[in-house]
Amino acid sequence: MTSLASEFAIRTEGLTKRFGSQLAVNGVDLRVPSGAVFGFLGPNGSGKTTTIRLLLGLASATSGEIELLGRRMPDDLAAVLPEVGALVEGPGFYPYLSGAANLYRLDAADGHATSVTRSARVQTALERVGLSHAAGKKVKAYSLGMKQRLGIANALLIPRRLLVLDEPTNGLDPQGTREVRSLIRLLAGEGTTIFVSSHLLAEIEQICTDAAVMSVGRLVAQGTLSELRGVGGARVRLESPDRNAAITVFTRFGMTVAEPGPDGTELLASFGTLEPAPDTVVAALVEAHVRVFSFTVERPSLEQRFVDLTGEGFDVAQ
Amino acid sequence: MSRSDMSALPDAVFRSRPALGLPLLVSEISVLFRRRRTWAMLASLALIPVLIALAVRLTSSRPPSGRGPAFLDQVSQNGLFVSFVGLLVSVPLFLPLTVGVVAGDTIAGEASAGTLRYLLIAPAGRTRLLIVKYLATAVFCVAATLAVAIAGALIGVALFPIGPVTLLSGDSIAVGDSIVRSLLIAAYITVSLLGLSAIGLFISTMTDVPVGAMATTIVLSVVSQVLDSLPQLDWLHPWLFSHYWLGFADLLRQPISWDSFGSNALLQSGYIVVFGALAFGRFTTKDILS
Ligand SMILES: Nc1ncnc2c1ncn2[C@@H]1O[C@H](COP(=O)(O)OP(=O)(O)OP(=O)(O)O)[C@@H](O)[C@H]1O
Ligand SMILES: [Mg+2]
Repeated sequence: MTSLASEFAIRTEGLTKRFGSQLAVNGVDLRVPSGAVFGFLGPNGSGKTTTIRLLLGLASATSGEIELLGRRMPDDLAAVLPEVGALVEGPGFYPYLSGAANLYRLDAADGHATSVTRSARVQTALERVGLSHAAGKKVKAYSLGMKQRLGIANALLIPRRLLVLDEPTNGLDPQGTREVRSLIRLLAGEGTTIFVSSHLLAEIEQICTDAAVMSVGRLVAQGTLSELRGVGGARVRLESPDRNAAITVFTRFGMTVAEPGPDGTELLASFGTLEPAPDTVVAALVEAHVRVFSFTVERPSLEQRFVDLTGEGFDVAQ
Repeated sequence: MSRSDMSALPDAVFRSRPALGLPLLVSEISVLFRRRRTWAMLASLALIPVLIALAVRLTSSRPPSGRGPAFLDQVSQNGLFVSFVGLLVSVPLFLPLTVGVVAGDTIAGEASAGTLRYLLIAPAGRTRLLIVKYLATAVFCVAATLAVAIAGALIGVALFPIGPVTLLSGDSIAVGDSIVRSLLIAAYITVSLLGLSAIGLFISTMTDVPVGAMATTIVLSVVSQVLDSLPQLDWLHPWLFSHYWLGFADLLRQPISWDSFGSNALLQSGYIVVFGALAFGRFTTKDILS
């Protein structure tokens, strides 16, 4: 158990949740390494929030096992959850209470949180999300982004070992988004494991070390960010009038030429299993008297990988 | 204080041995009484004896004995009776109405506000939350009953003469003793409302729509009283939670007869046990998807 605790902050085995006849979560085996910033990706309705509800013991799994911080959920819920801060499907607050009063309330609900430092902790949490000035304002007068910030503040009332954030930047302005990003980096730097769901891929790409992709309840990919990007392989974009000579060189490196550019001067070639250093390829091209106008190595964006894995269609799958 | 400072602090700054739930209970009660709705309901309840007193004061003719609520004819002689009449009038509808609102809102209200998931993640603990919710509802029952009793006493003192109270048994008791009797009646009525509170709590665990839970609870309190008035259902009457609601007249005898108080308390405990268990069974296994 202890070795697992240090290895994975979240581990699930065949996690499944059925709503009527629909499998919202279907045999998910998550592995979230301790200390990682883990991006949880997937289109709308793919089962991200449902998975998070299962992880936090809000809903019970139809089958499968969950380990959070090395302990079984939901059996050890009372011991695990004080170490976990979470934002699940948007913030939820008492509209008739002020932002600070809401945090007092939720902090009082945690039997482990000491009341001695409560007001200091509430103040610090509000400061960290930039809400100090609106602390006394009733939440019903908060904007969407302010509520979202208050939700993040709630997750930060106590130092946590694990933060589970379901779309934390939803509704935030660009400054807010950037602040959340740097907050996540800061927390990760202190050793907090962060599990963040999002469909904003650029964001995940900027802050995450690892990611998993959900599609129609299934986990379709999981790994470090470079592993995920790498699966599709990098490719070379070459601009040159000497097409045939270039193709010969590329084939020698085990690369496959995909498509000629529209005017016949551009070539796209993808690497095979081996990825030779770009300078070797360029040297070989020059040696074969290929005139190189431009040579670029392109890596597929996470977005491209995401679309490859989850499909192009716009319609929600279920 | 920056985060780095915070993480350098010892754990004891943030965490202590798990509290029994007292902070949560205090927070629950303070949230309840910081809602404008709660005060609006208490104010409406307080208005009932005030209206009664004003009506009696403004009509010069003394109401004929035997018409209108019991004790009404005594009000103009002795202001202390305003409390009794106010309570008597509030028991069938007004008090169950407000208690239904509070009890029906307990869990469903949190679910619809989206706060239930955050309370449970905190973690408040499902059993602890349920108990705290029930206790806070009970506190509201006390507040609601006292609102009627105290408003009645104050307006009675203001508008009518005060003197020894003549009891149903014909005996006369002093002013001080009559205040004790008023408090006893308030306690009796509070106890009467505890069964309904447990029913409301259970219904509240069944839905995410607070208004639905409130309406169902209130309707049940009316249904129970209607059934209690049908002679064909004699066998059922002792089991209805509203059966002893108006039985507090026993507390206005000399010596006090505790029979109905005891039967009422026993019946209400039965409802608390049964519906508390149902609420527990439902809430501790429920998927929180709100
Ligand atoms: N309470 C519920 N009852 C029935 N089906 C549900 C319920 N909640 C979610 N679902 C279904 O489960 C599936 C997964 O939903 P979920 O909320 O987990 O998606 P998500 O990945 O979080 O989507 P989004 O990106 O839009 O937040 C959806 O098809 C949804 O219709
Ligand atoms: Mg979601």
